[in-house]
Amino acid sequence: MTEALTACGPLFADATVRLSFAGSDELAAQIRQGVRPDVYAAANTKLPDALHDEGLLSAPVEFATNELVLAVPKDSSIASVDDLTAKGVKLAIGSESVPIGSYTRDTLAQLPAAQAKAILANVRSNEPDVKGIVGKLTQGAVDAGFVYVTDVKAARGELKAIELPPEVEPQVTYAAGVVKGAKHPEQARAFLDELLDGTCAAALRGAGFGGAP
Amino acid sequence: MRWFPAALGLALAVALTFLTLPVVAIFVDSSPGQLLDSLGHRGALDALWLSLRTTAAALAIIVVVGTPAAYLLATRSFPGKAIVVTLIELPLVLPPAAAGIALLAALGPEGLLGGAIDAAGIELTLATAGVVVALTFVASPFYVRQAIGAFASVDRTLLDASRTLGVSEARGFARVMIPAAMPGLVAGGALALGRALGEFGATLMFAGSFQGITQTVPLAIYDRFSTDFPAALALSAVLVAVSAAILLSVKLVQGSEVLGGAPR
Repeated sequence: MTEALTACGPLFADATVRLSFAGSDELAAQIRQGVRPDVYAAANTKLPDALHDEGLLSAPVEFATNELVLAVPKDSSIASVDDLTAKGVKLAIGSESVPIGSYTRDTLAQLPAAQAKAILANVRSNEPDVKGIVGKLTQGAVDAGFVYVTDVKAARGELKAIELPPEVEPQVTYAAGVVKGAKHPEQARAFLDELLDGTCAAALRGAGFGGAP
Repeated sequence: MRWFPAALGLALAVALTFLTLPVVAIFVDSSPGQLLDSLGHRGALDALWLSLRTTAAALAIIVVVGTPAAYLLATRSFPGKAIVVTLIELPLVLPPAAAGIALLAALGPEGLLGGAIDAAGIELTLATAGVVVALTFVASPFYVRQAIGAFASVDRTLLDASRTLGVSEARGFARVMIPAAMPGLVAGGALALGRALGEFGATLMFAGSFQGITQTVPLAIYDRFSTDFPAALALSAVLVAVSAAILLSVKLVQGSEVLGGAPR
């Protein structure tokens, strides 16, 4: 997301886009603490919906989808979720408070209870964002982690993605809205259109994101 | 010319307000009851206990290794000494994220010494020992720098007198130099302690974040920031109180001239 939007942001003609990337939940917390960006985009629909309900955000629009995968180093012998239960396998997952972490936990909850428990017992780090998981993987600190397929793609061949069984794969949808009290509401709306259909949308597809559902 | 004292006073008032307002806000935003409640939450006590243990371990390592090293640097001249001192002080100005990357590149599983560390059966990344390594790395320059200054400012005639009386240098170091430099050493230790307690970036990158194993108080604060703001405030308040207590006790024990005017 960071890479795709950094690339297309400057091409946006209507205004200068200044992007602030952080965990979706941190950005939401900042908005609740009174920080007023023009646009808020999150890696789920839950946070934008919550902000909308609190009157802090316009009705959110869904602009991209992603896929949760199991990521392992390119030469790893791990081939499926079943290999994660072995003792000694080290896992890094997202912290419970960030979307990647809640997607991961939702997914694990749909596995047989004993398997889910064994996998969670192998978690060695609850990372506050997905970059931390990817970093721990590429540095060999952990053997596997749950990340988005776009993160595997961005790791330029260092990692490989193992697809999750379709019956447990979560629906990962990105939504954005105009923040109430935005200084540039018109440009903010134009930027949302850009995310849905424009250079930014094209950049997102190029990075491996799916189109709006 | 009465405007100048007024300007000085204004500058102090601005500095004081700016520096204390955020700290005051931590305590204003959370009632004492809320504070205690949040501390009872899952993980908060784990984080506090882990922070205390790892900080104490790091400080012990820093003092045991740093004191003789600082003594050597303060009492000997050799070619390249300025470079050695600069290298030792480097972590002072290193951004924490760079420190984390550097530690991974040196001691991580794929790092320079990764194979040797693994062969020795030592686990650093994602382990409590890794937290101690990160804290030691970022905090030791604070102590060593202060200790060099403290040893250098001890009156050399004291040591020379003990040497002429036939006392070995090792005894002179232990019996004369350390007691004479003690105020500076304690001040340096307090600075290192404060830095270690607040360490965040290097710990997260090198050791990860896991409750009871590697999630120190600053990491726990960050983890709760989005989901449980009162708990994040409560942990912040505890960290502020502990740090203030350290600073204050050093000032009380040493007298105010120590932190104010320790010679370099």
